[in-house]
Amino acid sequence: MTLVERMVAAKASHDFQRLIAEVPYAVWLGLTAATQGDELITTMRYSDHLIGNASLPAIHGGTLGALLESAAIFELLWRAETAVHPKTITLTVDYLRSAAPIDTHARASVTRQGRRITNVRIEAWQADRDAPVATANAIFLVMRG
Amino acid sequence: MPDEPDEPARPPAPAPAPRAPDAPDAPDLIEERKRRLSVRMRAVPHNTALAVRMLDVTATEVFLELPYDPKLVGDPDSGTIHGGAITALLDACSGRAVFAELDRPVPIATLDLRIDYLRPATPGRAVIARATCYKITRNVAFTRAVAYHDHPDDAVAHSVGTFMLQTKKGTP
Repeated sequence: MTLVERMVAAKASHDFQRLIAEVPYAVWLGLTAATQGDELITTMRYSDHLIGNASLPAIHGGTLGALLESAAIFELLWRAETAVHPKTITLTVDYLRSAAPIDTHARASVTRQGRRITNVRIEAWQADRDAPVATANAIFLVMRG
Repeated sequence: MPDEPDEPARPPAPAPAPRAPDAPDAPDLIEERKRRLSVRMRAVPHNTALAVRMLDVTATEVFLELPYDPKLVGDPDSGTIHGGAITALLDACSGRAVFAELDRPVPIATLDLRIDYLRPATPGRAVIARATCYKITRNVAFTRAVAYHDHPDDAVAHSVGTFMLQTKKGTP
């Protein structure tokens, strides 16, 4: 099965975590995803190799970018009527606060879904959802079959 | 993202020269800068976890290399590495380019980073990043970077970033 086919199976069985387990980089970052109500929340579990600044300490900005992009892709896969793997065209991250060495959560929402292009806004937070550590806008190429 | 202050200040930068990694003016200065930036980078746990290494430093540019590693794969069907790993590489390289331009050690924090993904990275191959800090003011530094395999004109990704200087506790 391709990744997209496995995604369809994972979605059918309501086991999104099984899909994430198929992506080595997501496993290495410590990503998990779970639905809370009607939201899909992606979490990056803290581990020491995520640190970008050992003296603060703070999580590396690149890993926050990866979390935000992954949360967007998971959201698109989760919502998708047709199984297609979204291709990231651009990702623009705003870093708002230093990210502490604890779990980080992210939630993506589609701001516009077109025939070929989907625009997504993503927020990442830690203890306080109202105080995001980073936000992003991403544009995906989503060709429908 | 936030990073710790640079090591002791280097002398004023030489006049920017066209890219000439094999024949930089002031070779001693550049070797010293390369050494300092390498030491600093190894102090960043995530860069070490990615096995990112300093490839080269010229009068105006910093080059980093991200080796291919199966743990970085984002698409298990093709073996292509995840865009997130490219993002981390470009962020790290852009930050090093800012440090290379600083006359004295100050903490910096990424304000924003935009990445354009131009094509998938080739499975099995290392990715090189080249970054330059093309403008620096009292408070803000502006960077450009590309990620590629063989030549920067055939890039995998392109990025522009802004960095806040003199941050306290690493926050913008």
